[in-house]
Amino acid sequence: MLYRESGQFVTRYSADRKLFRLWQERLGFYPLLAFAFAVVPFIGNDYWFSAILIPFLVLSLAGIGLNLLTGYAGQLSLGSAAFMAVGAFAAYNFHLRIEGLPFLVSFILGGFAAAAVGILFGLPSLRIKGFYLLVSTLAAQFFVQWVLTSFAWFSNNNSSGVITAPPLVVFNHDFSSPAGRYLLTLTVVVALAFLARNIVRSELGRHWMAVRDMDTAAAVIGIPILKTKLLAFAISSFFLGIAGALWAFTYLGTVEPHGFDLTRSFQILFIIIIGGMGSILGNFLGAAFIVLLPVLLSNLSGSFLAGVIDPGQLENLQKIIFGALIIFFLIKEPNGLARLWQNFRQRSRVWPLRF
Amino acid sequence: MEFFFEVLLGGLLAGVMYSLVAIGFVLIYKASGVFNFAQGSMVLFSALTFVSLLERGVPFWLSFLISLATMVALAWAIERYMLRKLVNRPPITLFMATLGLSYIIEGLAQAAWGAQVHGLELGISDEPLELGGMLLSKFDIFAAVVAGLLVAVLSYLFNKTRTGISLRAVADDQLAALAVGIRLNRIWLIVWSVAGFVGLVAGLLWGARLGVQFSLSLIVLKALPVLIIGGFTSISGAIVGGLIIGSSEKLAEVFIGPIIGGGIENWFPYVLALIFLLIKPAGIFGERTIERV
Amino acid sequence: MSAVSNTLLELSNISLSFKGLKAITDISFAVAKGEICALIGPNGAGKSSLLNIINGVYQPDVGRITLDGVVRKKMHPHQAAHSGIARTFQNIALFKGMTVLDNVLTGRNLKVSSSWIEQVLHIGRAPRDELVQRKRAEEIIDFLRIQPWRNSIVGTLPYGLQKRVELARALAAEPRLLLLDEPMAGMNSYEKQEMSRFILDTQREFGTTIVLIEHDIGVVMNLADHLVVLDYGKKIGDGAPQEVRNNPDVIAAYLGTKH
Repeated sequence: MLYRESGQFVTRYSADRKLFRLWQERLGFYPLLAFAFAVVPFIGNDYWFSAILIPFLVLSLAGIGLNLLTGYAGQLSLGSAAFMAVGAFAAYNFHLRIEGLPFLVSFILGGFAAAAVGILFGLPSLRIKGFYLLVSTLAAQFFVQWVLTSFAWFSNNNSSGVITAPPLVVFNHDFSSPAGRYLLTLTVVVALAFLARNIVRSELGRHWMAVRDMDTAAAVIGIPILKTKLLAFAISSFFLGIAGALWAFTYLGTVEPHGFDLTRSFQILFIIIIGGMGSILGNFLGAAFIVLLPVLLSNLSGSFLAGVIDPGQLENLQKIIFGALIIFFLIKEPNGLARLWQNFRQRSRVWPLRF
Repeated sequence: MEFFFEVLLGGLLAGVMYSLVAIGFVLIYKASGVFNFAQGSMVLFSALTFVSLLERGVPFWLSFLISLATMVALAWAIERYMLRKLVNRPPITLFMATLGLSYIIEGLAQAAWGAQVHGLELGISDEPLELGGMLLSKFDIFAAVVAGLLVAVLSYLFNKTRTGISLRAVADDQLAALAVGIRLNRIWLIVWSVAGFVGLVAGLLWGARLGVQFSLSLIVLKALPVLIIGGFTSISGAIVGGLIIGSSEKLAEVFIGPIIGGGIENWFPYVLALIFLLIKPAGIFGERTIERV
Repeated sequence: MSAVSNTLLELSNISLSFKGLKAITDISFAVAKGEICALIGPNGAGKSSLLNIINGVYQPDVGRITLDGVVRKKMHPHQAAHSGIARTFQNIALFKGMTVLDNVLTGRNLKVSSSWIEQVLHIGRAPRDELVQRKRAEEIIDFLRIQPWRNSIVGTLPYGLQKRVELARALAAEPRLLLLDEPMAGMNSYEKQEMSRFILDTQREFGTTIVLIEHDIGVVMNLADHLVVLDYGKKIGDGAPQEVRNNPDVIAAYLGTKH
């Protein structure tokens, strides 16, 4: 009734490509964005920034990266954390070893480094399909981790192998405070999310989906499979690399390889399964879920269920719930939370009618 | 030269241990068409159950039986609440479901039995046996014998019994198998129980080796290269694959490792498997699927 | 006798065998520009294999193919696509997870003028190009009357509609040679009439040369300008529908001989 399209018809193709066709959606989204940029930095508290919002944003970005490769281009990967690691370490080394290099540039260079590694480990996808591709990405995961821990050059010969992140100074403003880091992360993530959305709606995005759905047919109609797959790996790894750099610099404050292990790769895969593969919004929903569930559980056990579940068991309970949710989503709604949200929107558009 | 053979044999025997775990995967892949990522957690769960019972004073064989029964119950639950609902879905979906399953089982295992390491005594000493001037572990030899027995029994099951044929039919085409009257639920229950049994055996052997602890579930990560090389559908392939991975890993660790830095056993099997895949995308013994347009 | 310049596709002495099984034996025929040529014959006669050879999915053991005067040596499917050959498939090779509009747009991939970087950043030629492609795709969608379903996911559509979408994707490439592999399989007579109409319209409006495989003789008689009859991998008939119909070999293959 309120949220409907009657009277809002487009007469030009360019209008059909807009981000939000209905004014109700625009009214919902842009103020939200403005709120996130202009209001939250002032009203949020440090805990929220450091422990919830920043990881949520960074993991969403990582989810976007993996989603481009797995959800849109159909190439299964368990190496996401490795690409994040490359981004983090590369950004650190660029910043360290090139005098006066602007911060954001080192991030972007880190992304490119990750893209290069992504292409390398994506090459086998030309011969290996489907599930077997996991082997290549797992090889990437283990190999990269080994390289970064074994060769001290990457951590600047720091004896513990752990580096502290340099201060975040962009255009002479110091963004090191929690609110500042939040703002920096928000800007990068929002910009890249828009970029991702552009990509998936472009010809390249269609090529990815064609390769995902039936690559033999895609080849027959003239789509260059080699280029398409490699671009998927490259662009996906670029996103993951930047996410990795953000994770190290704005979230943890340290750059160390152990946070980029196989568990992290799984976590990102879970984000896109729960959030929805083949969707950009889904990554945000999935990441929110992954970040908030542990918080929710520990709060619940702290207050309501105090004494019923002891904190040691919390982690186990969390594991069980995650696993069960993965299976639940795969059975009920393989397109994840994003599809649930879409269904909700569809229903609202015709409410109070049924369809 | 002798040192080389010693390392090689040690690696081969270690590889047998990998094969044991890989066989569980092959079973499930043969019958459900899915790479059961949860196999590792099943190994862990079964071993933990066994060891915890043992520690509470339950006699060996009773513990074994109870653990086995638990695995059958687990198989029943998996079939009823997961497999049934995912009939005819693409293999990627099934794989991700087993991923979720592995988390559930791990969480359950730790919630029920705790997170400490348990030692496990199987009564076979780890004393070295001297054979032709080389030192071999008695335990490894025992494991090899067990593996051989397992393979013999399973091969018989798959090739000579009616259940075995039904299993292979289900692996080929679930809907077609249903159409000729094969009871999918029963088949899956059988397969996952057998896989559970194999997991239990593997868990006991590994547990005796490393102690029963959480990292046991990470064995699954070693099994994947084994399966790539040996093919996902062949039990003998699992053995061969295990031997290759075990020996090359050991050899690489001892001879190549010191040159480029230690700890290469994590990624070496994977790179090896990758190279194999590039040459033979379906593994040595695997079946090549032909895609028709 | 047709003048050489009027022939779009010519197959000469094509043979193909699969591991000892001869699928196609010494087949030659010519397809004139703008005509509808139907390949007919019993199941297993080699019709699909022949189509696969024309667009490069299979390589013939012997023989050559001439496309508009240009002799082809080895050909891969994407090269065929570049030479202006488009096709549909027996089992529908659509991208089931994408919408109808997106599927049709993929058919235009060889006409896209922007590079991937321009597409990623949505700069340069990309914005205009997207709109141009959209316009062309919509024209095809109009032509095949599938507008109501343009935003539907193809996998959710009924079989007959999917076949139409596949045709739309092929037409979107603006091909000069269109290969249709059993475009009317599984359709009822009303749907067959509709599809025949679309095929004829394609020939008339776009001047596309069409080679199709079809089992329904009634449909083929009305639709085709030229028939090529195959049986056990050999050609047993070649000519206008009326003359082929009276060919005793053809009758024997389809109906059996009088004993």
